[in-house]
Amino acid sequence: MNIINLDHISGTPLAPEVQDAMINAIHKNYANPSSQHQLGDEAAEVLQKAREQVARLINSKLEKEVVFTSGGTESINHAIKGVALAKAEKGKHIVTSNIEHNAVLRSLRRLRMLEYQVTSVPVDEYGRVNPQEVAEAIRDDTILVTIMHSNNEIGTIQPIEEIGKITRERKILFHSDAVCSVGIVPIDVQKLNVDLLSFAANQYNGPAGMGGLYIRQGTGLWPLLDGGVQENNKRAGTENILGIIGMGVASELAARQMDRRIEQMRKLKETCIQGLNNRIDDIMINGHPEFSLPNLVSVSIKYIEGEGIVLMLDEQNIAVSTRSACAAGALQASHVLLSIGREFADAQGTLVVGFGAENTEADVDRFLDALKVAVDTLRSMSPLYRKAVENA
Amino acid sequence: MYSQTVMDHFKNPRNVGEMKDADGVGEVGNPLCGDMMSLYIKVKGDVIDDVKFLTFGCGAAIAVSSMITEMAKGKTIEEAKKITNKSVADALEGLPKNKLHCSNLGADALHLAISDYERKRDGKPTPKAERVEPLEHDQDEHCYCPYCDADVTEGMEYCTACGKKVQGADFPVI
Repeated sequence: MNIINLDHISGTPLAPEVQDAMINAIHKNYANPSSQHQLGDEAAEVLQKAREQVARLINSKLEKEVVFTSGGTESINHAIKGVALAKAEKGKHIVTSNIEHNAVLRSLRRLRMLEYQVTSVPVDEYGRVNPQEVAEAIRDDTILVTIMHSNNEIGTIQPIEEIGKITRERKILFHSDAVCSVGIVPIDVQKLNVDLLSFAANQYNGPAGMGGLYIRQGTGLWPLLDGGVQENNKRAGTENILGIIGMGVASELAARQMDRRIEQMRKLKETCIQGLNNRIDDIMINGHPEFSLPNLVSVSIKYIEGEGIVLMLDEQNIAVSTRSACAAGALQASHVLLSIGREFADAQGTLVVGFGAENTEADVDRFLDALKVAVDTLRSMSPLYRKAVENA
Repeated sequence: MYSQTVMDHFKNPRNVGEMKDADGVGEVGNPLCGDMMSLYIKVKGDVIDDVKFLTFGCGAAIAVSSMITEMAKGKTIEEAKKITNKSVADALEGLPKNKLHCSNLGADALHLAISDYERKRDGKPTPKAERVEPLEHDQDEHCYCPYCDADVTEGMEYCTACGKKVQGADFPVI
């Protein structure tokens, strides 16, 4: 039986066109794009084409504003640490939000070891940041604001454009982690007023290990990797031409198919949420009803723990994700779920469903069937459920 | 990630349920760290005649609960007292490193149930049992980060390897 993959936030399969392009590139054996002979020129041309494809996806004015990286994590590290180190003379204060990805949080924590200070703005029960609170958090020594475009656990999309207007006014650099957004929803760096934008190819049917950092012309930040002058002297290292080609093709596909895909995802998301509300008691759907990724459903299921659900669904050849403490390898509940007001126990029983291009309504039905059985089984074993039933 | 034995006990847990008239009850854990277990024993003579459990927790937690009830059933009180978290983990063919604290859950619940039974038998009152999950390690020799296992020195606030705060829980996690 085929496995139903409902875990597309963790990664997506390569689109057939991407596979073909990368396989052809493997056989082509491209040389180093920096070489001064015709072999190098051939590779440089291909590199440029891919860069243009990516630039179009995010509406970057100049292709050289797109820097290829090894993924979302590198882009985020580069943006945050690069600005922090470059602007240290000016100030050491950074503003962020309570629900950022670990790449942001841990980069900031690393900077705290060098005496940088961080103010973290809270979110409402839907996970939305209030731009006014961001404005109030900004001080004279603030050098960077970093707020994610969309959240990978609950799907909430932030008012980035509004926040960008504020940072423009105050002349402070603005970075946004758009790893879950680029390739999924329309992203226009001109409209968003961002100076730096991180994204990753494996979120939109491109190869894992490839990402991008949009660096607006004139943004002064230290590189993460020093060495040669590749990527407009912003990111040293001989280019991953195979990955870059794949990412370019994926970007073009994403731009072309975006409206249709969003419509497809919206329908699946609606069916899924309706099904969850109709068939399973004592659940909470997380995130904002309107400003939310079309391909993500986050549901907290009371009285049971997430990894148990994932294992049971896996038995039924259905793949989903959870952010319970046990599954994440940490000992604490998800900071995102706690920030939107979930109790610890409910945070532990949270599933993240991520739809992909190949998913159908039938997949959602099968998921709901299997989920009901799994939830009932785990609740029959749960002391929390027993207590709740007795107190009802 | 899990051994076949663990998956077997997770998929087919033994002795699930509660006992309204238990001779001893052990309740451990809290949702903060993701697992909670209630273990019930019935004692005939000095033999644990029946055992039941209810667990809120991951695959490892459920498997541990199931295995420990299987190990305790039919044993004398004295034999059952010798069951440790290590013997449960071994019986399960081992647990991943970050799941070993689940095995503590099972052993603690069993021993609390036994203490509860002994207290009732001897006519002493039962205090409220509560296990607080510490973020610090419980190894004897060196200090290590509970998140990434890197060595940390005493008094260090943040693990230099993974950057997580190692002294006390805090939130938000910056």
